[in-house]
Amino acid sequence: MNDLTTLPTTRDEDWRYADGKYLADANPATINHWRTLEVPPGETRFQYTEHSSGPLAKGWTDRLRVHVGRGGRFESFIVITGGPYERCEIEVTLEEGAHFEFGGVTLGGGDKIQEFVTRVIHAKPGATSNQVVRAVQWGRSTGNFLGRIEVVRDAQKTDAAQNFRAILLEKGASANTKPELEIFADDVKCAHGAAIGALDEKAGFYMAARGIPPEVARKLQVQAFIADAFENCTTEHVAERLLEGALAALEEAHL
Amino acid sequence: MLKIENLHAEVATADGPKPILNGLTLEVAAGEIHAIMGPNGAGKSTLAHTLGGRPGYEITEGSVTFDGQDLLELEPHERAAAGLFLGFQYPVEIPGVSNVQFLREAANAQRKVRGQDPLSGGEFLKLAKEKAALLRMDMDMLKRPVNVGFSGGEKKRNEMVQMGILDPKFAILDETDSGLDIDALRIVGDGINAIMRSPDKAVLLITHYQRLLDYVKPDKVHILAGGRIVKTGGPELAHQLEEEGYEAVA
Repeated sequence: MNDLTTLPTTRDEDWRYADGKYLADANPATINHWRTLEVPPGETRFQYTEHSSGPLAKGWTDRLRVHVGRGGRFESFIVITGGPYERCEIEVTLEEGAHFEFGGVTLGGGDKIQEFVTRVIHAKPGATSNQVVRAVQWGRSTGNFLGRIEVVRDAQKTDAAQNFRAILLEKGASANTKPELEIFADDVKCAHGAAIGALDEKAGFYMAARGIPPEVARKLQVQAFIADAFENCTTEHVAERLLEGALAALEEAHL
Repeated sequence: MLKIENLHAEVATADGPKPILNGLTLEVAAGEIHAIMGPNGAGKSTLAHTLGGRPGYEITEGSVTFDGQDLLELEPHERAAAGLFLGFQYPVEIPGVSNVQFLREAANAQRKVRGQDPLSGGEFLKLAKEKAALLRMDMDMLKRPVNVGFSGGEKKRNEMVQMGILDPKFAILDETDSGLDIDALRIVGDGINAIMRSPDKAVLLITHYQRLLDYVKPDKVHILAGGRIVKTGGPELAHQLEEEGYEAVA
């Protein structure tokens, strides 16, 4: 999808869970635009985003292409709470010994479609990456994570991890995940895991038995669930702010 | 204080609802401690969960009055705020939520229902330290996620710390003694006495073994079998059971 005049459709693999209606009306120049970021060797760059949109918003897509130099580090932590379609795409190329740390949360209700799409290219030996994505959906909303990891032929000692978990608070909400690992080196560690479920009822009753009302219990459980995504955030106050922002969006849910 | 009359309850299973309690009648007055003993499958844990209001446990007949109000009308969290405490046989692990946060939310939610001001962070920590010391539990454990990585005995001790902090009027303790070593059993027994021995409180102890009753002396012992109380006696009944078994006694 490098053609700047054509629009992607849901027939494209990377857009298979996207909002078709949004794509049909989108501006090709906007949707095909990639921001770029260069992380110099040995340095660290951060990206922290909390994206929510008002009731009149038409949607939001963001595409970022990052090149991390030898021994560099790129940290990205993103919360998506808006709609009707919000998509955050990150493509990262890692040089020798570089690291990519990613934490993403989608959280929403209604008919919102919210998704993260990542492509991590381990281009040289000894690079590491860790991605943790959590989705909390209710109403008829959808949370998606499409994560591709590519390890090139000579990128030995690559260590790449990817983990996705979703909680559906109501029947009708959904989550999709599509891990893709393309590994052409033989001495590598690549781990991925995915789970989609509901809130733990046992924990809910345990909290109720101690006097905690259902809405507070739900908030505590969601807080614990999404906190995983910010666990490796090196700036503590940012992690707290992102968590608070996400929980504020949950309060608007009126479940 | 707690009056259970002709309680019938069924539990949702994969094969449909299964009746477990079949006309259970029991009254516990303020200031009393009652023990319920009974063979596996008698309905002991079902009774505890039914009184706690656990989803999936449906009452088909009978009534439960707690302190003059209809307990069965209340939601589970409202029962807790009314002063009912349920000690779990298998305390639940809640990753990501610290004991301190969990209990402060619980204590303040209960206080709110009762029209009391919330406890400040400092006030709460002082209370938590006091109760943890009573049960000889390290404060560091209170800062850890609820029951995560706790041994079976530590989980049960944590239940008692929670009971101390929440200070209920009535406690239903479901096999709090199982999984405890001898020293921990004594500490938990002493804890129950310290927290709940009072003229305006009462306890229902569900247990398999006589040993806990050496530390927490019951006023009455009931035998539960087939979902009903089949025999009631004094502390001597527990000894008799230990020696002769349920089949001979009940």
